[in-house]
Amino acid sequence: MFDHPSAGVVAAEKGNERLELRYGKLILATGARELFLPFPGWTLPGICGAGGLDAMARGGLPVSGKRVVVAGTGPLLLAVAAHVAARGAKVVAICEQAPLRSLIQFAGRMLGQPAKLAQGIRYRWAVRAPMYFGCWPVEARGDGALEKVTLRTRLRRWTVTCDFLACGFHLVPNTELAQLIGCRIEDGLVAVDEMQRTSVENVLCAGEPTGIGGVEMAVIEGQIAGLAAAGALNEAGKFVPRRRKMLGFVRALREAFVLDPELRRLASDATIVCRCEDVVYGDLRRYSGWRDAKLQTRCGMGPCQGRICGAAAEFLFGWCVEGVRPPAFPVLVASLATASTVSEEVQEGS
Amino acid sequence: MREEMRPVLLTVNGRSVEVAEGTTVAAAVLISGAPTRRSVSGEARAPLCGMGICFECRVAIDGRPHQRSCQIVCAAGMDVRTL
Ligand SMILES: Cc1cc2nc3c(=O)[nH]c(=O)nc-3n(C[C@H](O)[C@H](O)[C@H](O)COP(=O)(O)OP(=O)(O)OC[C@H]3O[C@@H](n4cnc5c(N)ncnc54)[C@H](O)[C@@H]3O)c2cc1C
Ligand code: FES
Repeated sequence: MFDHPSAGVVAAEKGNERLELRYGKLILATGARELFLPFPGWTLPGICGAGGLDAMARGGLPVSGKRVVVAGTGPLLLAVAAHVAARGAKVVAICEQAPLRSLIQFAGRMLGQPAKLAQGIRYRWAVRAPMYFGCWPVEARGDGALEKVTLRTRLRRWTVTCDFLACGFHLVPNTELAQLIGCRIEDGLVAVDEMQRTSVENVLCAGEPTGIGGVEMAVIEGQIAGLAAAGALNEAGKFVPRRRKMLGFVRALREAFVLDPELRRLASDATIVCRCEDVVYGDLRRYSGWRDAKLQTRCGMGPCQGRICGAAAEFLFGWCVEGVRPPAFPVLVASLATASTVSEEVQEGS
Repeated sequence: MREEMRPVLLTVNGRSVEVAEGTTVAAAVLISGAPTRRSVSGEARAPLCGMGICFECRVAIDGRPHQRSCQIVCAAGMDVRTL
Protein backbone atom coordinates (compact mmCIF):
# COMPACT_ATOMS: atom_id res chain seq x y z
CA MET A 1 0.00 0.00 0.00
CA PHE A 2 1.63 3.23 -1.04
CA ASP A 3 -0.83 6.08 -1.46
CA HIS A 4 -4.10 7.53 -0.25
CA PRO A 5 -5.34 9.41 -3.30
CA SER A 6 -8.61 10.48 -1.66
CA ALA A 7 -10.71 9.83 1.44
CA GLY A 8 -11.89 6.24 1.48
CA VAL A 9 -9.43 5.02 -1.14
CA VAL A 10 -5.95 3.54 -0.85
CA ALA A 11 -3.63 2.66 -3.70
CA ALA A 12 -1.73 -0.61 -3.59
CA GLU A 13 0.50 -2.60 -5.87
CA LYS A 14 0.11 -6.32 -6.42
CA GLY A 15 2.61 -7.92 -8.77
CA ASN A 16 2.61 -5.53 -11.69
CA GLU A 17 -0.86 -4.26 -11.03
CA ARG A 18 -1.99 -1.09 -9.37
CA LEU A 19 -5.09 -1.54 -7.26
CA GLU A 20 -7.38 1.11 -5.87
CA LEU A 21 -9.05 -0.24 -2.79
CA ARG A 22 -12.17 1.44 -1.45
CA TYR A 23 -12.76 1.17 2.26
CA GLY A 24 -15.39 1.98 4.84
CA LYS A 25 -12.92 1.45 7.67
CA LEU A 26 -9.17 1.16 7.34
CA ILE A 27 -6.92 -0.48 9.93
CA LEU A 28 -3.26 0.37 9.57
CA ALA A 29 -0.98 -2.35 10.96
CA THR A 30 2.30 -1.51 9.27
CA GLY A 31 4.60 -2.73 12.05
CA ALA A 32 8.10 -1.45 12.72
CA ARG A 33 11.56 -1.74 11.22
CA GLU A 34 14.97 -1.99 12.84
CA LEU A 35 17.05 1.08 13.50
CA PHE A 36 20.51 0.86 11.95
CA LEU A 37 23.28 3.18 13.05
CA PRO A 38 26.24 3.72 10.76
CA PHE A 39 29.77 2.92 11.95
CA PRO A 40 32.97 2.46 9.96
CA GLY A 41 32.65 -0.69 7.85
CA TRP A 42 28.95 -1.32 8.46
CA THR A 43 28.17 -1.72 4.76
CA LEU A 44 30.33 -4.86 4.42
CA PRO A 45 28.51 -8.04 3.38
CA GLY A 46 28.10 -10.16 6.50
CA ILE A 47 26.71 -7.26 8.52
CA CYS A 48 22.95 -7.17 8.77
CA GLY A 49 20.16 -6.38 11.18
CA ALA A 50 19.61 -8.47 14.30
CA GLY A 51 16.07 -9.25 13.21
CA GLY A 52 17.56 -9.27 9.72
CA LEU A 53 19.83 -12.24 10.39
CA ASP A 54 17.00 -14.03 12.14
CA ALA A 55 14.74 -13.49 9.14
CA MET A 56 17.41 -14.62 6.70
CA ALA A 57 18.22 -17.73 8.72
CA ARG A 58 14.53 -18.59 8.71
CA GLY A 59 14.63 -17.94 4.97
CA GLY A 60 17.22 -20.65 4.49
CA LEU A 61 20.55 -18.89 5.02
CA PRO A 62 22.81 -21.52 6.62
CA VAL A 63 24.33 -20.23 9.85
CA SER A 64 25.50 -23.56 11.23
CA GLY A 65 29.11 -23.31 12.37
CA LYS A 66 29.24 -19.58 11.60
CA ARG A 67 30.68 -17.17 14.12
CA VAL A 68 28.07 -14.56 14.93
CA VAL A 69 28.25 -11.34 16.95
CA VAL A 70 24.84 -9.99 17.97
CA ALA A 71 24.83 -6.29 18.82
CA GLY A 72 22.62 -3.25 19.23
CA THR A 73 19.90 -2.90 21.80
CA GLY A 74 16.62 -4.33 23.04
CA PRO A 75 15.16 -7.70 23.97
CA LEU A 76 15.38 -8.77 20.34
CA LEU A 77 19.13 -9.36 20.71
CA LEU A 78 18.68 -12.30 23.08
CA ALA A 79 15.91 -13.76 20.94
CA VAL A 80 18.04 -13.56 17.82
CA ALA A 81 21.09 -15.01 19.57
CA ALA A 82 19.00 -17.94 20.83
CA HIS A 83 17.40 -18.54 17.45
CA VAL A 84 20.64 -18.61 15.47
CA ALA A 85 22.36 -20.68 18.16
CA ALA A 86 19.52 -23.19 17.83
CA ARG A 87 20.40 -23.38 14.14
CA GLY A 88 23.98 -24.25 14.97
CA ALA A 89 25.63 -20.82 14.88
CA LYS A 90 28.45 -20.09 17.28
CA VAL A 91 27.42 -16.84 18.96
CA VAL A 92 30.70 -15.26 20.09
CA ALA A 93 29.33 -12.15 21.81
CA ILE A 94 26.08 -10.37 22.60
CA CYS A 95 26.64 -6.63 22.87
CA GLU A 96 23.90 -4.53 24.47
CA GLN A 97 24.48 -0.78 24.29
CA ALA A 98 22.40 -0.11 27.41
CA PRO A 99 24.24 -0.24 30.73
CA LEU A 100 23.73 -3.20 33.06
CA ARG A 101 21.86 -1.06 35.58
CA SER A 102 19.14 -0.26 33.02
CA LEU A 103 18.71 -3.95 32.35
CA ILE A 104 18.45 -4.74 36.05
CA GLN A 105 15.80 -2.04 36.43
CA PHE A 106 14.01 -3.39 33.39
CA ALA A 107 14.04 -6.92 34.80
CA GLY A 108 12.62 -5.53 38.05
CA ARG A 109 9.75 -3.92 36.20
CA MET A 110 9.17 -7.16 34.34
CA LEU A 111 8.34 -8.99 37.58
CA GLY A 112 4.75 -8.04 36.82
CA GLN A 113 5.08 -9.84 33.46
CA PRO A 114 6.54 -13.18 34.55
CA ALA A 115 5.99 -14.86 31.18
CA LYS A 116 8.11 -12.27 29.39
CA LEU A 117 10.79 -12.37 32.06
CA ALA A 118 10.92 -16.17 31.90
CA GLN A 119 11.27 -16.03 28.12
CA GLY A 120 14.19 -13.63 28.41
CA ILE A 121 15.89 -15.90 30.92
CA ARG A 122 15.31 -18.95 28.71
CA TYR A 123 16.86 -17.17 25.77
CA ARG A 124 19.87 -16.13 27.85
CA TRP A 125 20.37 -19.69 29.06
CA ALA A 126 20.16 -21.08 25.57
CA VAL A 127 23.25 -19.15 24.49
CA ARG A 128 26.67 -19.71 25.99
CA ALA A 129 28.14 -16.49 24.62
CA PRO A 130 29.28 -13.72 26.93
CA MET A 131 26.95 -10.74 27.09
CA TYR A 132 28.42 -7.27 27.43
CA PHE A 133 26.60 -4.12 28.51
CA GLY A 134 27.36 -0.58 27.49
CA CYS A 135 29.01 -2.30 24.53
CA TRP A 136 28.79 -1.78 20.77
CA PRO A 137 30.78 -2.28 17.56
CA VAL A 138 33.00 0.64 16.60
CA GLU A 139 34.53 -0.72 13.43
CA ALA A 140 34.18 -3.65 11.05
CA ARG A 141 36.83 -4.78 8.62
CA GLY A 142 37.17 -7.33 5.87
CA ASP A 143 38.27 -7.75 2.30
CA GLY A 144 34.99 -7.68 0.36
CA ALA A 145 33.13 -9.24 3.29
CA LEU A 146 33.15 -9.05 7.08
CA GLU A 147 36.13 -10.65 8.81
CA LYS A 148 36.64 -8.74 12.06
CA VAL A 149 34.70 -6.43 14.28
CA THR A 150 36.07 -4.18 17.00
CA LEU A 151 33.88 -3.87 20.08
CA ARG A 152 34.04 -1.36 22.90
CA THR A 153 32.85 -0.93 26.42
CA ARG A 154 33.70 1.95 28.70
CA LEU A 155 36.75 0.04 29.88
CA ARG A 156 38.22 -1.62 26.84
CA ARG A 157 38.30 -2.23 23.12
CA TRP A 158 38.89 -5.58 21.51
CA THR A 159 38.57 -7.27 18.15
CA VAL A 160 36.83 -10.54 17.36
CA THR A 161 36.72 -12.50 14.13
CA CYS A 162 33.28 -13.40 12.88
CA ASP A 163 31.26 -14.31 9.80
CA PHE A 164 28.16 -12.33 10.69
CA LEU A 165 27.50 -9.22 12.72
CA ALA A 166 23.76 -9.00 13.46
CA CYS A 167 23.27 -5.45 14.63
CA GLY A 168 20.05 -3.52 15.24
CA PHE A 169 19.33 -0.65 17.60
CA HIS A 170 15.76 -1.58 18.40
CA LEU A 171 12.76 -0.60 16.33
CA VAL A 172 11.35 2.39 14.50
CA PRO A 173 7.57 2.37 13.98
CA ASN A 174 6.46 2.47 10.33
CA THR A 175 4.29 5.57 10.42
CA GLU A 176 4.72 6.68 6.77
CA LEU A 177 1.34 5.47 5.55
CA ALA A 178 -0.43 6.96 8.56
CA GLN A 179 1.38 10.27 7.98
CA LEU A 180 0.37 10.27 4.36
CA ILE A 181 -3.26 9.77 5.33
CA GLY A 182 -2.92 12.70 7.72
CA CYS A 183 -3.12 10.85 11.04
CA ARG A 184 -1.76 12.82 13.97
CA ILE A 185 1.69 11.65 15.05
CA GLU A 186 2.82 12.20 18.64
CA ASP A 187 6.33 11.52 19.77
CA GLY A 188 7.01 9.46 16.65
CA LEU A 189 3.94 7.27 17.15
CA VAL A 190 0.50 7.23 15.56
CA ALA A 191 -1.85 8.78 18.11
CA VAL A 192 -4.90 6.61 18.84
CA ASP A 193 -7.73 6.59 21.38
CA GLU A 194 -8.72 3.56 23.47
CA MET A 195 -10.56 2.09 20.47
CA GLN A 196 -7.40 2.39 18.32
CA ARG A 197 -9.00 5.19 16.28
CA THR A 198 -6.59 7.68 14.77
CA SER A 199 -7.30 11.40 14.34
CA VAL A 200 -8.64 10.67 10.83
CA GLU A 201 -12.21 9.43 10.61
CA ASN A 202 -12.62 5.73 9.76
CA VAL A 203 -8.88 5.07 10.00
CA LEU A 204 -7.67 2.90 12.88
CA CYS A 205 -4.18 1.77 13.74
CA ALA A 206 -2.90 -1.26 15.66
CA GLY A 207 0.45 -2.75 16.60
CA GLU A 208 3.93 -1.25 16.56
CA PRO A 209 3.07 2.10 14.87
CA THR A 210 1.22 3.07 18.06
CA GLY A 211 4.07 1.94 20.36
CA ILE A 212 6.71 -0.78 20.47
CA GLY A 213 5.30 -3.44 22.79
CA GLY A 214 5.86 -6.87 21.30
CA VAL A 215 3.59 -9.37 19.69
CA GLU A 216 1.12 -9.82 22.55
CA MET A 217 0.33 -6.12 22.65
CA ALA A 218 0.01 -5.98 18.87
CA VAL A 219 -2.51 -8.82 18.92
CA ILE A 220 -4.62 -7.16 21.63
CA GLU A 221 -4.62 -3.91 19.69
CA GLY A 222 -5.56 -5.77 16.52
CA GLN A 223 -8.53 -7.31 18.33
CA ILE A 224 -9.67 -3.93 19.65
CA ALA A 225 -9.26 -2.30 16.24
CA GLY A 226 -11.08 -5.10 14.43
CA LEU A 227 -14.03 -5.08 16.81
CA ALA A 228 -14.16 -1.28 16.91
CA ALA A 229 -14.08 -1.10 13.10
CA ALA A 230 -16.99 -3.55 12.99
CA GLY A 231 -18.93 -1.33 15.38
CA ALA A 232 -18.71 -3.77 18.32
CA LEU A 233 -17.45 -1.14 20.75
CA ASN A 234 -18.62 -2.98 23.86
CA GLU A 235 -16.79 -6.14 22.82
CA ALA A 236 -13.70 -4.11 21.97
CA GLY A 237 -13.88 -2.44 25.36
CA LYS A 238 -13.27 -5.78 27.06
CA PHE A 239 -9.70 -5.81 25.73
CA VAL A 240 -8.94 -2.25 26.77
CA PRO A 241 -7.86 -3.00 30.37
CA ARG A 242 -5.40 -5.62 29.08
CA ARG A 243 -3.95 -3.12 26.69
CA ARG A 244 -3.69 -0.49 29.39
CA LYS A 245 -1.78 -2.93 31.57
CA MET A 246 0.70 -3.52 28.77
CA LEU A 247 1.41 0.17 28.30
CA GLY A 248 3.71 -0.15 31.30
CA PHE A 249 5.82 -2.61 29.31
CA VAL A 250 5.98 -0.21 26.36
CA ARG A 251 7.23 2.53 28.67
CA ALA A 252 9.71 0.22 30.42
CA LEU A 253 11.15 -0.82 27.03
CA ARG A 254 11.54 2.77 25.92
CA GLU A 255 13.30 3.77 29.11
CA ALA A 256 15.57 0.76 29.48
CA PHE A 257 16.90 0.75 25.94
CA VAL A 258 17.29 4.47 25.37
CA LEU A 259 20.29 5.04 23.10
CA ASP A 260 23.57 6.19 24.62
CA PRO A 261 24.41 9.65 23.18
CA GLU A 262 27.96 8.35 22.63
CA LEU A 263 26.57 6.34 19.72
CA ARG A 264 26.23 9.63 17.82
CA ARG A 265 30.00 9.62 17.51
CA LEU A 266 30.21 6.18 15.92
CA ALA A 267 30.37 7.37 12.33
CA SER A 268 33.50 9.04 10.98
CA ASP A 269 33.45 11.54 8.10
CA ALA A 270 34.05 8.76 5.57
CA THR A 271 31.30 6.48 6.91
CA ILE A 272 28.40 5.93 4.53
CA VAL A 273 25.08 6.94 6.06
CA CYS A 274 22.78 6.63 3.03
CA ARG A 275 23.46 3.20 1.57
CA CYS A 276 21.32 3.74 -1.52
CA GLU A 277 23.23 6.81 -2.71
CA ASP A 278 26.51 6.30 -0.81
CA VAL A 279 26.31 9.64 0.99
CA VAL A 280 28.88 9.88 3.78
CA TYR A 281 28.58 11.37 7.25
CA GLY A 282 31.07 14.16 6.47
CA ASP A 283 28.86 15.40 3.62
CA LEU A 284 25.73 15.36 5.74
CA ARG A 285 26.92 17.07 8.87
CA ARG A 286 27.37 20.33 6.97
CA TYR A 287 23.62 20.74 6.58
CA SER A 288 21.18 22.07 9.10
CA GLY A 289 18.27 19.78 8.34
CA TRP A 290 16.98 16.78 6.46
CA ARG A 291 15.35 18.69 3.60
CA ASP A 292 18.48 20.63 2.84
CA ALA A 293 20.71 17.58 3.09
CA LYS A 294 18.38 15.59 0.88
CA LEU A 295 18.26 18.20 -1.87
CA GLN A 296 22.02 18.75 -1.88
CA THR A 297 23.32 15.21 -1.42
CA ARG A 298 20.50 12.89 -2.58
CA CYS A 299 20.54 11.33 0.87
CA GLY A 300 17.27 9.44 1.31
CA MET A 301 16.37 9.70 -2.39
CA GLY A 302 17.21 6.10 -3.30
CA PRO A 303 14.95 3.07 -3.38
CA CYS A 304 14.57 2.79 0.41
CA GLN A 305 13.23 6.35 0.44
CA GLY A 306 15.15 7.24 3.56
CA ARG A 307 13.73 4.39 5.62
CA ILE A 308 17.22 3.39 6.72
CA CYS A 309 19.20 6.66 6.65
CA GLY A 310 16.28 8.89 7.71
CA ALA A 311 15.90 7.19 11.06
CA ALA A 312 19.68 7.23 11.51
CA ALA A 313 19.81 10.95 10.66
CA GLU A 314 17.11 11.68 13.21
CA PHE A 315 19.30 10.16 15.88
CA LEU A 316 22.68 11.38 14.61
CA PHE A 317 21.75 14.99 13.89
CA GLY A 318 18.46 15.43 15.72
CA TRP A 319 16.82 16.23 12.38
CA CYS A 320 13.11 15.98 11.95
CA VAL A 321 12.64 13.65 9.00
CA GLU A 322 9.15 14.65 7.97
CA GLY A 323 7.17 15.34 4.86
CA VAL A 324 6.11 11.97 3.54
CA ARG A 325 4.97 12.19 -0.04
CA PRO A 326 3.51 9.38 -2.07
CA PRO A 327 4.60 6.75 -2.75
CA ALA A 328 4.85 5.77 0.92
CA PHE A 329 6.45 2.59 -0.34
CA PRO A 330 8.63 2.24 -3.44
CA VAL A 331 6.59 1.00 -6.38
CA LEU A 332 6.91 0.57 -10.12
CA VAL A 333 6.80 3.85 -11.99
CA ALA A 334 3.95 2.37 -14.00
CA SER A 335 1.86 2.10 -10.84
CA LEU A 336 2.14 5.81 -10.27
CA ALA A 337 1.34 6.68 -13.85
CA THR A 338 -1.48 4.32 -14.77
CA ALA A 339 -5.04 4.89 -13.78
CA SER A 340 -6.57 2.25 -11.57
CA THR A 341 -7.02 -1.08 -13.23
CA VAL A 342 -8.94 -2.84 -10.52
CA SER A 343 -11.21 -1.66 -7.78
CA GLU A 344 -12.13 -3.77 -4.82
CA GLU A 345 -14.30 -3.29 -1.77
CA VAL A 346 -12.34 -4.04 1.34
CA GLN A 347 -12.89 -3.66 5.03
CA GLU A 348 -9.32 -3.44 6.16
CA GLY A 349 -5.77 -3.45 4.99
CA SER A 350 -2.34 -2.82 6.29
CA MET B 1 13.85 -32.15 13.68
CA ARG B 2 14.80 -30.59 10.42
CA GLU B 3 12.30 -31.12 7.64
CA GLU B 4 13.50 -33.38 4.92
CA MET B 5 15.21 -31.22 2.35
CA ARG B 6 13.45 -31.06 -0.96
CA PRO B 7 15.93 -29.44 -3.27
CA VAL B 8 15.09 -26.62 -5.63
CA LEU B 9 17.51 -25.99 -8.45
CA LEU B 10 18.05 -22.48 -9.76
CA THR B 11 20.88 -20.44 -11.23
CA VAL B 12 22.65 -17.43 -9.78
CA ASN B 13 24.71 -15.57 -12.39
CA GLY B 14 24.53 -18.68 -14.55
CA ARG B 15 25.87 -21.02 -11.86
CA SER B 16 23.57 -23.76 -10.54
CA VAL B 17 22.63 -23.54 -6.89
CA GLU B 18 20.63 -26.14 -5.02
CA VAL B 19 18.62 -24.97 -2.03
CA ALA B 20 15.97 -26.39 0.28
CA GLU B 21 12.36 -25.71 -0.54
CA GLY B 22 11.20 -22.44 1.01
CA THR B 23 14.60 -20.77 0.79
CA THR B 24 14.51 -17.09 -0.14
CA VAL B 25 16.32 -15.86 -3.22
CA ALA B 26 18.46 -13.67 -0.93
CA ALA B 27 19.70 -16.77 0.91
CA ALA B 28 20.36 -18.55 -2.39
CA VAL B 29 22.48 -15.62 -3.58
CA LEU B 30 24.48 -15.64 -0.34
CA ILE B 31 24.91 -19.43 -0.59
CA SER B 32 26.29 -18.94 -4.12
CA GLY B 33 28.87 -16.60 -2.61
CA ALA B 34 27.89 -13.54 -4.64
CA PRO B 35 27.05 -10.13 -3.20
CA THR B 36 23.54 -9.02 -4.15
CA ARG B 37 24.58 -5.73 -5.72
CA ARG B 38 27.26 -3.07 -6.19
CA SER B 39 26.57 0.32 -4.65
CA VAL B 40 26.83 3.55 -6.66
CA SER B 41 30.46 3.85 -5.55
CA GLY B 42 31.19 0.20 -6.37
CA GLU B 43 31.03 -1.46 -2.94
CA ALA B 44 29.77 -5.03 -2.71
CA ARG B 45 26.53 -5.19 -0.75
CA ALA B 46 24.46 -7.95 0.80
CA PRO B 47 21.03 -8.04 2.46
CA LEU B 48 20.70 -5.81 5.53
CA CYS B 49 17.15 -5.85 6.89
CA GLY B 50 15.79 -9.18 5.67
CA MET B 51 12.33 -7.69 5.69
CA GLY B 52 11.77 -5.78 2.48
CA ILE B 53 12.79 -2.32 3.61
CA CYS B 54 16.42 -1.57 2.77
CA PHE B 55 16.53 -2.71 -0.89
CA GLU B 56 20.15 -3.91 -0.49
CA CYS B 57 19.05 -7.36 -1.64
CA ARG B 58 17.71 -6.34 -5.00
CA VAL B 59 18.57 -8.56 -7.94
CA ALA B 60 17.15 -9.39 -11.36
CA ILE B 61 14.95 -12.47 -11.42
CA ASP B 62 14.01 -13.98 -14.80
CA GLY B 63 14.83 -10.67 -16.43
CA ARG B 64 12.82 -8.49 -14.06
CA PRO B 65 15.21 -6.05 -12.40
CA HIS B 66 15.13 -4.61 -8.86
CA GLN B 67 13.41 -7.52 -7.13
CA ARG B 68 13.79 -7.61 -3.35
CA SER B 69 15.23 -11.09 -3.05
CA CYS B 70 14.63 -11.37 0.71
CA GLN B 71 10.90 -11.35 0.05
CA ILE B 72 10.85 -13.93 -2.74
CA VAL B 73 11.05 -17.69 -2.36
CA CYS B 74 13.15 -19.69 -4.82
CA ALA B 75 11.36 -21.54 -7.59
CA ALA B 76 12.81 -24.27 -9.77
CA GLY B 77 14.61 -22.93 -12.82
CA MET B 78 14.76 -19.32 -11.65
CA ASP B 79 17.43 -17.24 -13.35
CA VAL B 80 18.87 -14.84 -10.78
CA ARG B 81 21.36 -12.12 -11.74
CA THR B 82 23.19 -9.89 -9.30
CA LEU B 83 25.04 -6.56 -9.81
C1 LIG C 1 13.44 -11.64 15.04
C2 LIG C 1 12.31 -11.10 15.87
C3 LIG C 1 12.00 -11.76 17.07
C4 LIG C 1 10.96 -11.29 17.86
N1 LIG C 1 10.69 -11.95 19.03
C5 LIG C 1 9.67 -11.51 19.79
C6 LIG C 1 9.35 -12.20 21.00
O1 LIG C 1 9.99 -13.18 21.36
N2 LIG C 1 8.32 -11.72 21.76
C7 LIG C 1 7.58 -10.62 21.38
O2 LIG C 1 6.66 -10.21 22.10
N3 LIG C 1 7.89 -9.95 20.25
C8 LIG C 1 8.89 -10.36 19.43
N4 LIG C 1 9.19 -9.68 18.28
C9 LIG C 1 8.39 -8.50 17.93
C10 LIG C 1 7.11 -8.88 17.25
O3 LIG C 1 7.43 -9.54 16.05
C11 LIG C 1 6.33 -7.62 16.95
O4 LIG C 1 6.05 -6.97 18.16
C12 LIG C 1 5.00 -7.91 16.26
O5 LIG C 1 5.19 -8.67 15.10
C13 LIG C 1 4.34 -6.60 15.89
O6 LIG C 1 3.17 -6.83 15.15
P1 LIG C 1 2.62 -5.77 14.13
O7 LIG C 1 1.35 -6.33 13.61
O8 LIG C 1 2.60 -4.43 14.76
O9 LIG C 1 3.70 -5.66 12.96
P2 LIG C 1 4.34 -6.78 11.97
O10 LIG C 1 4.13 -8.15 12.52
O11 LIG C 1 5.71 -6.31 11.72
O12 LIG C 1 3.46 -6.63 10.68
C14 LIG C 1 3.47 -5.47 9.85
C15 LIG C 1 3.14 -5.89 8.42
O13 LIG C 1 2.79 -4.76 7.64
C16 LIG C 1 3.40 -4.86 6.38
N5 LIG C 1 3.51 -3.51 5.82
C17 LIG C 1 4.25 -2.45 6.26
N6 LIG C 1 4.07 -1.37 5.49
C18 LIG C 1 3.20 -1.74 4.51
C19 LIG C 1 2.63 -1.05 3.41
N7 LIG C 1 2.90 0.23 3.15
N8 LIG C 1 1.80 -1.74 2.60
C20 LIG C 1 1.50 -3.07 2.85
N9 LIG C 1 2.01 -3.76 3.89
C21 LIG C 1 2.85 -3.09 4.71
C22 LIG C 1 4.73 -5.52 6.66
O14 LIG C 1 5.23 -6.12 5.49
C23 LIG C 1 4.33 -6.54 7.72
O15 LIG C 1 3.92 -7.74 7.14
C24 LIG C 1 10.22 -10.13 17.47
C25 LIG C 1 10.53 -9.49 16.28
C26 LIG C 1 11.56 -9.95 15.48
C27 LIG C 1 11.88 -9.21 14.20
S1 FES D 1 17.32 -7.29 2.77
FE1 FES D 1 16.43 -5.36 3.06
S2 FES D 1 14.95 -5.34 1.47
FE2 FES D 1 15.72 -7.34 1.34
